[in-house]
Amino acid sequence: MAVIRDVMPAFELFQPTSVEAAQAVLDRYGAGAWVLAGGLDSLDWLKDRIRRPQAVVDLGAIAELKGIRERDGGLEIGAMTTLTEVVRHPGVRERYAILLEAAEAAASPQIRNQATIGGNVSQDARCWYYRAGWPCYRAGGNICYADTPDAINREHAILGADRCVAVNPSDTAPALIVLDAQMVIRTAGGGERVVSAEDYFVGPGIDITRMTVLEPGALLTAIRLPRTWAGAQFYFEKIRDRQVWDFALVSVASAMTTSGSTIERIRIAVNGVAARPLRLRAVEAVAEGRPRNEATAVVAANLAVEGAQPLGFNAYKVPLMRNLVKRAIRGVEAAAWTS
Amino acid sequence: MDILTWGRNPWDQPVLTHISWNLLWAALFAGLAFLVAHASYMIFSAHRKRHAAETDAMEIARADLPDRIVRHSLPARLFHWLMAAAMFTLLITAFLPVVGLRFPWVTWHWIAGLTLTGSILFHIIHATVWLDFWSIWVGPRDLPELRAELLRDLGHDVPGPRPGKYPLGNRLYHLAIVVVALVAVVTGLCMMVRIRTPFFTRNPYLFSDTTWGVTYVDHGLAGVTLVGLVIAHVYFAARPEKWWITKAMILGWITRRQYLEHHDPDRWAVRQLPTPNSATPNSTTPNSGLASPTL
Repeated sequence: MAVIRDVMPAFELFQPTSVEAAQAVLDRYGAGAWVLAGGLDSLDWLKDRIRRPQAVVDLGAIAELKGIRERDGGLEIGAMTTLTEVVRHPGVRERYAILLEAAEAAASPQIRNQATIGGNVSQDARCWYYRAGWPCYRAGGNICYADTPDAINREHAILGADRCVAVNPSDTAPALIVLDAQMVIRTAGGGERVVSAEDYFVGPGIDITRMTVLEPGALLTAIRLPRTWAGAQFYFEKIRDRQVWDFALVSVASAMTTSGSTIERIRIAVNGVAARPLRLRAVEAVAEGRPRNEATAVVAANLAVEGAQPLGFNAYKVPLMRNLVKRAIRGVEAAAWTS
Repeated sequence: MDILTWGRNPWDQPVLTHISWNLLWAALFAGLAFLVAHASYMIFSAHRKRHAAETDAMEIARADLPDRIVRHSLPARLFHWLMAAAMFTLLITAFLPVVGLRFPWVTWHWIAGLTLTGSILFHIIHATVWLDFWSIWVGPRDLPELRAELLRDLGHDVPGPRPGKYPLGNRLYHLAIVVVALVAVVTGLCMMVRIRTPFFTRNPYLFSDTTWGVTYVDHGLAGVTLVGLVIAHVYFAARPEKWWITKAMILGWITRRQYLEHHDPDRWAVRQLPTPNSATPNSTTPNSGLASPTL
């Protein structure tokens, strides 16, 4: 495929200073508009000339979308807050350390300086067949090139596939799900809609061309962290090919409260295994009320991978996910790694 | 308005991918426009049906017929309603996501598709073995009936043939639905090898890109055509003057008077079934039992 790299197609650049002004541009250009946050996802699309928007709306000048604020005993993080700001914020460090770990693991320092948390949770799938501009299901076509007998699908989904087998690449997404974060959306009509982080992401069965519930013209404005899980026992682990920075092969996040050695409450989510980050409700139900030990971890881990359907080259993700869930429940040192 | 959507395959060749979903709105518009046009025509037209006096005379002459005449057997009715349920499920699961109501539709869609396929296979066998197979089809022999029906619609009182078991409109609709539904079913079955089901091993390379494109386009065209056809079908089923046909699809029978008023007994001869109260075929005593159509 002839791809002209590093030379972006021409477009109108808008740098509004308010959400209303940004949405006015989005409304004016409709499907021809493109929302630019940190640009880490967008510039690939534009330079590869796979996406050719008429207008790019850069949200970087909208002050109200930036910064971290106290709110109702929790925190409200503006969607345009960089990952570096999230990592360095004392409130995040003290109460929501799992988000710090996830944001820190997302990328190298240079990328974290530029990438935003809103962009990280809203980024598109990284399936290379899709990113190459081929007419796959996610691109509006009628085939999944990654789910064929000879496809290179080492990084693709083992759960929740519905025609498309791409996975969600966000590292902060599972952490936000276990923190019960609320995503604040400004709808195209100017109204405000708040959805849980769990419901923010959509799988291909619901909408095969989108990763999130964001409708055209809508903007994610903030992420609210309630105090529900503040200060809980957290666990985050991301397995990747290159430790310096890479997308997750599988990642796991958990938040837990215990009474003695018994698990009182737990939320656990994984990413890199499906088109949306998965909250493992069945695992939570099994683990709650049980002792935090190897036996509980094994039962929960086996339950987590039930129904997994590996593709040609990603069967390794099944034991990987099982072990990560086990470690998330039992802890790194105590949980024996099994294949 | 684009009718088809195209993509470029990995060899940078243009390939068909789908129909444009604008055609869904076109089909809806066409179906509703037909509905409005027909309803308006029926209000102002001088459609002629058999005179009451003529029907009265026929009732006296054919008093040997029972009060109720079987029009649709139980298996035929079960097939019809099962097919209707499958068809509505198919259309709902196919098009609600297109208009913005999102839900996991694929599994429901192929289950309904297989149900429709199974019911069609049953119908073919049932109609071939147990029913008058040719009574639903149209051909050159129906031209006199077509002419007579057109003239009656224009207000003329003509003696031409009345319908046999199925009115001409019924038969034309059946022909259309056979063609369109078979296209949808055959293409849909092919498309099932592209998704995960318990029945097939996924093989997206079963056909060439071009053949797949044509398959998807044919499936889409059949789908939007079915939208228009179903609108027309539901409309006719709900029209007051057609309610006796709809009722027959529920209860299975029509009255003797409806039989004589709307049908040509020579083209749909009724064979009387012996019942505990039945009189002899030549008796003039009204028969309260059921009669079945000749096979």
